[in-house]
Amino acid sequence: MKTDMIMAAGPGSTLQWPELTIFVLLFVLVSVLGFVASRWKSAGSLDHLDEWGLGGRRFGSWVTWFLVGGDLYTAYTFVAVPALVFGAGALGFYALPYTVVLYPIVFLPALRLWSVSRSRGYVTPADFVRGRFGSPTLALLIAITGIVATMPYIALQLAGIEAVLRTMGVNGGGLVGHLPLLIAFVILAVYTYQSGLRAPALIAFVKDGLIYVVILVAVFYLPAKFGGWSHIFDVSQQKLATPDPTTHKPSGSIVLGSTNQLQYITLALGSALALFLYPHSVTGVLASRGRNVIKRNMMALPAYSLLLGLLALLGYVALTAGVKPIINAATGSADSNTVVPVLFDTQFPAWFAGIAFAAIGIGALVPAAIMSIAAANLWTRNIYKEYLRKNATPAQEAKQAKLASLIVKFGAVAFILFINPQFSIDLQLIGGVLILQTLPAVALALYTRWLHRWGLIAGWVIGMAWGLAMLYGIPNPKTGRAHFGGSALPLGNLSIFGWHPFGGSQLQIYPGFVALVANLVVAVVVTVIARAAKVPNGTDETVPGDYHADEHDENLRPVGGSLTSVEA
Amino acid sequence: MSGKAAGGVSGIRLSAWNLLLLVPLLMLVTPWFNFDKPRVFGLPFFYWFQFLFVPVGVLSVAIVYVMTRHKRVPTGKPDRPAQENLDEGTGR
Repeated sequence: MKTDMIMAAGPGSTLQWPELTIFVLLFVLVSVLGFVASRWKSAGSLDHLDEWGLGGRRFGSWVTWFLVGGDLYTAYTFVAVPALVFGAGALGFYALPYTVVLYPIVFLPALRLWSVSRSRGYVTPADFVRGRFGSPTLALLIAITGIVATMPYIALQLAGIEAVLRTMGVNGGGLVGHLPLLIAFVILAVYTYQSGLRAPALIAFVKDGLIYVVILVAVFYLPAKFGGWSHIFDVSQQKLATPDPTTHKPSGSIVLGSTNQLQYITLALGSALALFLYPHSVTGVLASRGRNVIKRNMMALPAYSLLLGLLALLGYVALTAGVKPIINAATGSADSNTVVPVLFDTQFPAWFAGIAFAAIGIGALVPAAIMSIAAANLWTRNIYKEYLRKNATPAQEAKQAKLASLIVKFGAVAFILFINPQFSIDLQLIGGVLILQTLPAVALALYTRWLHRWGLIAGWVIGMAWGLAMLYGIPNPKTGRAHFGGSALPLGNLSIFGWHPFGGSQLQIYPGFVALVANLVVAVVVTVIARAAKVPNGTDETVPGDYHADEHDENLRPVGGSLTSVEA
Repeated sequence: MSGKAAGGVSGIRLSAWNLLLLVPLLMLVTPWFNFDKPRVFGLPFFYWFQFLFVPVGVLSVAIVYVMTRHKRVPTGKPDRPAQENLDEGTGR
């Protein structure tokens, strides 16, 4: 009886007007910013990929901090990480070590990538691979991997917006239920088309500002309200230890168990290695003005990690508060990503919840825009120009990229409209494993050309195939799914052509990591063979000095679009 | 570009300071901190210990940044051209 009443008045059942009003107002504000952005700091015309796709390669420290912060720490991250803690406990906290070890690991390679790209005019990671190995085939594989890994990521940003809209009562079924999302995305698509990377860069200021305010208020106010962290952790431990009705096992614990420590380590490390291989991260790095901008940001970006760690703990607050995830009217199953929105909806006054939801909603627009630009750059540079129109002018490239960004975004909308959102989540999980397989060709190649291009191609094929096979074979007893049930592979199930090297071990590991090791082993073996057989390894168009080029160097290649105009 | 390469900038620059970037990886050794007690501000050891690594990570990167900042030219190379010395002397 009592639960029925809560259900009726609970979040997601009726339209929450004050929250919706604030959400719409802030949304309109950033849309205006998105359109104005085309004139912001622009030196040349937008008819060049350097301008449209990389903001003129002249973003300073502050802009880069907001842009990359808004790019890496997406709305989906902010919604999904607490949801994972809510469901599994300590394992979900891997997001903190992931985003702390990230910056020391990528500090040096990111600088080399920026310099060589600045020297040679590379716009995408595949451009670099093309130049380094003279192999359009390898570049094509890298580009396709990037596009495939990015598409579901964009779709998930939409899922983040929908989680918020659903909490505010916009929870219809069918096409009408998706209409608000569609409107939001048409606006996003149009201003990204017009302004390029400058639009998300400008909007990121608003997004990150809102996110900081909301999360800081939440992590200091909510624990006090629920009797302090100690009490919250005790209650959470109790709830997580209660056996789940379907699996008859505890769903988690506030510290790691006996089998998931290796999973925690490899998931954090694997994710950290993968993040800067994603095309949208590379776009953020390449858009900065110089090496110092990147260095300062590698020091300052962990501020977001701190925020993410604090936010993860809100998963425990939600457990203590007894939050129930909203049933998605479109799919009919509980959407765990609504945990944080519901927590805000029930614990804060409507106006503050409205700001929080706007923060998440706008937070989804920034990475969605950057990701679609990055995917469009890949398409234009490594497929269109390489295979379809070899002598395309810079203006034609820019035009093509603008159109591609539209197609990418509407592809992502189609994902949400016609395919079960669970599929996007599966694909994003797969995407992380896939993008990790480009590490030897992109990151290692920044340092050495020892690995042969055919070795890299062979390693990529094996890493992809085995990574996918492992993910396919992981069931999820909780939801009753037989395949793609998660990213925890018991070592005992690890099989190399029927050979089980780890016996019946129940220790869990991140499959992406296993696939990467296999990828590297194959790459080395094939390299040794190819070198012994004297197979040509292509020509390297880069020279050692390229990897140290900086903004004030003489003879530095001029940035595309500003050739005809005065430097600002 | 080719002129710069001829100027003695090697492909890979090594600095002992870069080793500091490995320090934050210590937070991946979970057996060291996978405990509930002692708690600080109510947070179990597992959580506040990892939060401490945020400043550790920032500090490692900051030290490497500051200590390698002025090394535009690799040191310890007896054959570096005089032109490069002049450039370093005038500063930026």
